[in-house]
Amino acid sequence: MKTLTEVVIAVGRIEQAELTRWVELGWIRPSRSPEAKPEWLFSDVDEARIRMICDLHRDMMVEEETMPLVLSLLDQMYALRHQMNALTSAVQDQPADIRDAILARLRSSSPKQPR
Amino acid sequence: MSDDLYKTLGVKRDASHDEIKRSYRKLAKELHPDLNPDKPDVAAKFSEVTAAYDILSDAETRGKYDRGEIDAKGHERPQQRYYRDFADAPEGAKYYRQEGFPDDEALHDFFADLFQSGGSGGDRRRSYRMRARGADVAYSLTIDFLEAAKGAKKRVVMTDGRSLDLTIPAGARDHQTLRLKGQGQPGFEGGESGDAFVELHIQPHNIFERKDNDIHLQLPVSPAEAMLGGKVSVPTIDGPVTMTVPKGSNAGNTLRLRGKGIVDARSGQRGDQYVHLKIVLPKEAAPEVEEMLRRWQADHAYDPRAGWGESA
Repeated sequence: MKTLTEVVIAVGRIEQAELTRWVELGWIRPSRSPEAKPEWLFSDVDEARIRMICDLHRDMMVEEETMPLVLSLLDQMYALRHQMNALTSAVQDQPADIRDAILARLRSSSPKQPR
Repeated sequence: MSDDLYKTLGVKRDASHDEIKRSYRKLAKELHPDLNPDKPDVAAKFSEVTAAYDILSDAETRGKYDRGEIDAKGHERPQQRYYRDFADAPEGAKYYRQEGFPDDEALHDFFADLFQSGGSGGDRRRSYRMRARGADVAYSLTIDFLEAAKGAKKRVVMTDGRSLDLTIPAGARDHQTLRLKGQGQPGFEGGESGDAFVELHIQPHNIFERKDNDIHLQLPVSPAEAMLGGKVSVPTIDGPVTMTVPKGSNAGNTLRLRGKGIVDARSGQRGDQYVHLKIVLPKEAAPEVEEMLRRWQADHAYDPRAGWGESA
């Protein structure tokens, strides 16, 4: 866990004021600790997310007004990926006949999906 | 890995600063690992492109590279852990958004639970709401002898007010327990219901007595029926039947009515009914019978206890 100062140094291409704004906008959600000032602690996932938003914002010109949409889509995608992985591994754990039945059902339903 | 940073960025050697920047942005959008979580190789390409851009976007380092003072790997960035590396791991769950979850309410709740578990510091062994089987319940039911012997349908009222139709199999035994699958307490979260267990208590009958699958009874007969023989009516579990008492039957003699016993639950074969004769004298003997017996005893003296008590 890093404080605001530490994480700004570690990322290297963001100012404290900008990161503070990102936290206030809810793009980054550090945990809170009474000892740190301001009372934020950034985990590894927060730090990686700061780098990703830097890339999106600085290098790919995603504007502040567009960022919530992009982050929302990414967060939904990762949530769905997680869900897919959980489902897939649950299916993998089933006996072969159940697995086959699920696959057959998926194949039969895929062409009928709504447009 | 290409050694030519200009090729990596897809620009000519004399490209302007703006051209390099435009090309990098285009590539970054294509190759950013966080936008391509299922393509493992884009991370390497992206860091190559970024490294090339780091050198070529700065006039000073671009000059050094052009003059050969630093090579293409000179400024390679250290291995970076991208957001996607965390987003697929438990700690990434804190940023998951649940809008895209299935419409099915049960699935939705299931996944919502799954994600909440990763939200606070990555402890995924939070107690999920587990499926659980409902509890079993036990009842006892008193039935009469004939209901047990012949089978019956009974209605039981459970403690929760439900009534339950119960089939007593023919030949049910005392303390036998019937299992009613799924009639216990309901399960949780889709778990199956528990079972109901009903223990049978069979009340004794006033004339029939059961031993295994056979029925025994004491049949009162008159001295005349015993000595002279004759047809008598005998009760069975199926109703009265006519039985012949052979001439000269003695008290305690046993007659067998084949197939009038109880059906064996396993083999399906029926036991027998054993009729034990019990000689019953009239309440008041007629004087001519007493006179006849006195004369008869004087002429035909016999000792009914001869041989009695000796080993057979």
